[in-house]
Amino acid sequence: MGLAATFWIMAVVIVVAALGVVFQRNVFRAALTLILCFIAVAGLYITLSADFLAAVQILVYVGAISVLIILAVMMTREVQRGNSPNKMEIPAAIVAAVLLGILVYTVANTNWKIATAAPLSPTTVPLATRLFSENGYILPVEIGAVLLLAAIIGAIVITREK
Amino acid sequence: MTIGLQHYLVLSAVLFCIGLFGALTRRNAVVILMCIELMLNAVNISLVAFSSYIVPQLLTGQVFAIFVMVVAAAEIAVGLAIVLAIFRGLANIDTNNINLLKW
Repeated sequence: MGLAATFWIMAVVIVVAALGVVFQRNVFRAALTLILCFIAVAGLYITLSADFLAAVQILVYVGAISVLIILAVMMTREVQRGNSPNKMEIPAAIVAAVLLGILVYTVANTNWKIATAAPLSPTTVPLATRLFSENGYILPVEIGAVLLLAAIIGAIVITREK
Repeated sequence: MTIGLQHYLVLSAVLFCIGLFGALTRRNAVVILMCIELMLNAVNISLVAFSSYIVPQLLTGQVFAIFVMVVAAAEIAVGLAIVLAIFRGLANIDTNNINLLKW
């Protein structure tokens, strides 16, 4: 019962905040509603018993990515000009609605093999074992580290003053 | 009514389509990047839901969600750097005015 209530609250907050990001006129307020959406997604991870991912979501998205976005909003001074749409609104709405229909139809008509076992409750240790142990995901972890380094250096090079 | 896998997947689809609509229709480049973050979050929700409903003991979906977050962090850093570089050159980030490569 508590799980269902939490899910519905988080779902409503996520959808309203996402609509706010798209339709809010002020870009800075859109960034703030994006942060609200990230926090609600972290709450949704807790209802899925993914506690480590909820903490990572708060740290990475709410702590780092939203700070970057707000910094970019402030440095580009487009707050007054606002968050205006282009001419493609109606075709884009049709595309998004058709995609939503296809996705919901597929989800409703697929016979999902729901497992009966309970999910692991503290996920940090099993997740670290999956990531770093032998025949785990150690090579993708290393590639991710290289990707982050390349992204940092690329961002510095692109934004550097001549 | 109990909450099942389908609820999470439908929520993820709704969030993805809102993000897609925003990414296709907004003119401010920073807002387009925000909408791409919304879409990546929608994918993460469905991955974590698959992980805890279909393979609850394996955590494969959560590992994938971590890699999606890594790529999202790299993407937003480089994307905002490009937006700032464009703003320095053109003095605005309206995608209607960024058409130097368009023929």
